[in-house]
Amino acid sequence: MKLFEYEGRELFMRYGIVVPRGMTVTDADEAAQAVKLLGGAGVIKAQTLSGSRGKAGVVRMVHGADEARAAARALLSMTIAGCGVEKLLVEELLDIEQEAYLSLMVDRSIPGIRCIASALGGEDIERIALRSPSPVHSVALERGDGPEWEACSSMLDNALGPEMARKALSMAGCLYRLCIENDCLLAEINPLARTHDGSVVAADAKVTADDNALWRHEKLREFRDREETGADEAAARAAGLSFVALEGTIGCIVNGAGLAMATMDTIKLMGGEPANFLDVGGSSNPDKIMAALQILLRTTRIRVILINIFGGITRCDDIAEGILMARRRLAMTVPMVIRLIGTNEEAGRALLEGEGLKIVTDMTEAVNEAVVADRRFSGDMR
Amino acid sequence: MSILIDEHTRVVVQGITGRDGSFHAARMLDYGTKIVAGVTPGKGGREIHGVPVFNGVAEAVEKTGADCSIVFVPARFAPSAVREAIAGGVRCIVCITEGIPVLDTIGLCHEARHHGVRLIGPNCPGLISPGKCEVGILPGQVHKPGTVGVVSRSGTLTYEVVLGLSRAGLGQSTCVGIGGDPVVGTMFVEILELFENDPGTTAVVIIGEIGGDAEEKAAEFIAAKMSKKVAAYICGCTAPPEKTMGHAGAIVSGGMGAFEAKIKALQNAGATVVEKPDEVARALTGSLGKHYDIGRRHELL
Repeated sequence: MKLFEYEGRELFMRYGIVVPRGMTVTDADEAAQAVKLLGGAGVIKAQTLSGSRGKAGVVRMVHGADEARAAARALLSMTIAGCGVEKLLVEELLDIEQEAYLSLMVDRSIPGIRCIASALGGEDIERIALRSPSPVHSVALERGDGPEWEACSSMLDNALGPEMARKALSMAGCLYRLCIENDCLLAEINPLARTHDGSVVAADAKVTADDNALWRHEKLREFRDREETGADEAAARAAGLSFVALEGTIGCIVNGAGLAMATMDTIKLMGGEPANFLDVGGSSNPDKIMAALQILLRTTRIRVILINIFGGITRCDDIAEGILMARRRLAMTVPMVIRLIGTNEEAGRALLEGEGLKIVTDMTEAVNEAVVADRRFSGDMR
Repeated sequence: MSILIDEHTRVVVQGITGRDGSFHAARMLDYGTKIVAGVTPGKGGREIHGVPVFNGVAEAVEKTGADCSIVFVPARFAPSAVREAIAGGVRCIVCITEGIPVLDTIGLCHEARHHGVRLIGPNCPGLISPGKCEVGILPGQVHKPGTVGVVSRSGTLTYEVVLGLSRAGLGQSTCVGIGGDPVVGTMFVEILELFENDPGTTAVVIIGEIGGDAEEKAAEFIAAKMSKKVAAYICGCTAPPEKTMGHAGAIVSGGMGAFEAKIKALQNAGATVVEKPDEVARALTGSLGKHYDIGRRHELL
């Protein structure tokens, strides 16, 4: 789960990391008031979960209440990556001399936590990292013991210079505790700002928490409740489905993330466009299939639904029952192509064929049928 | 021959009295796996499917000579179950459980390594040496004995590829699902090394996906150390960046783990990369045709 900047900032403060003075607001008047409190000038940042906000033009410097009000109004009316802007973070204007970079992230290859630092930070950090020699330095914190922190200290010296490194080391220590105690996969400060008076401040907060560990972090669960997601995503999550909406017209219901991605890829390769990623997961009961069909059926751009199930831990007869239940209860407005194979395949096939539904056993053939059905539909429309 | 498990492997099932544990213990027994013990704390002394149940792994190992454990314990309790297996004296642990926090898994990886225990998973379908032994949840009927080694980050996608292999008459020495989480106990490279050294394996199939750098590391190993033929299939070319595609491992961010990079790395290492799951078998039999060029094809998309 990605946290909004203001949420990450809240966590940073709890761990003693210096952040700019500021507050969260939800309308233009509050924004103007906040800028007044901050001394008449400030930075207003739209709170969105997508990266590169600077490039998207959603961070505005303002002077005076009128500018603040106008900027806030503009930002609150924006739609970024399909989501509206609900909140703004208003912060003091920093007198920045240098924009550096500091982060801790779970590194699967250690496996452990990696501390990453660079004297150059900001929007272009990905491109900066590719420079040769790269200004981006890093060190593995496998156990988080003394020798590793010593190595981290000299890494920060090399990356940031001794003066900034001292402050960054204490920040890295705070971030480390933050990650370990909150099951965070990423805690990133970009930019790590050095101001003219020599203080080092976290001018942004990007934190990703581990979804699998939310049960043991009440505070993070509160963040999730406030997180805005589309109605379909929320419905999918409630039903225990993993769902991502895409642009295409062929709806997909698949078991297993790998097979679901492979199904999307194959649709594209055969000339179709997948409408979504949807993994019903293992041990899927009929209700999950019903919920999945419900979500896809209300997506108007979907012209055909491809169900691709390879039973392992999932049983084909469960899937078949879900399909039949959906057929009885929902208005099936689009054709389905059903591919069923694996555990309890015969039972599943018997159930569906008994109701006059055709089963395909080969995946490529099923994808092809879906693509053909999709084309036929677009032909009819013309 | 096969890797990691064979007809002599003696398996203990942790969580054998649960819904999934019990169901899959029965299926593994049907397949011919030597399941010698089950473990559920507090339920020792019972029998399930004719298998004796113990309260702890150490006791099960001592009384039955179990050397491999499979874990079906729910996520909140799975880390302590794996730790118990490490301490209990098995040499290989297959953790099926999904949803274990990454930081817990990291701890388990270090502990397993420290004790010289092989950890497969978590969040994996397990492994099978067809005709000999299955320690996992893979549908045994699609696998056929043979000499192709299969290693994958996925579950059902592996079944799909294996089905294609079996239909083409290409049986498998061992199929290993290493798991879809960002951190897993055993990576591609370690399995590739086992296959390279296994006289019963003549060719290897890698099934990867976007996210992480496991495929790139595998490519480095293939270029440097593999003498056997390698075919690869990578999924996720249509997955949008910064989105989790179900597998916590499959997130593309900041250029890392991108689809094209993986394809190129594997191709440069000499692996044959195919674009659809059912083409893997043809890559091994050499019947793809010489104009097959996945790189060009994907540029068109």
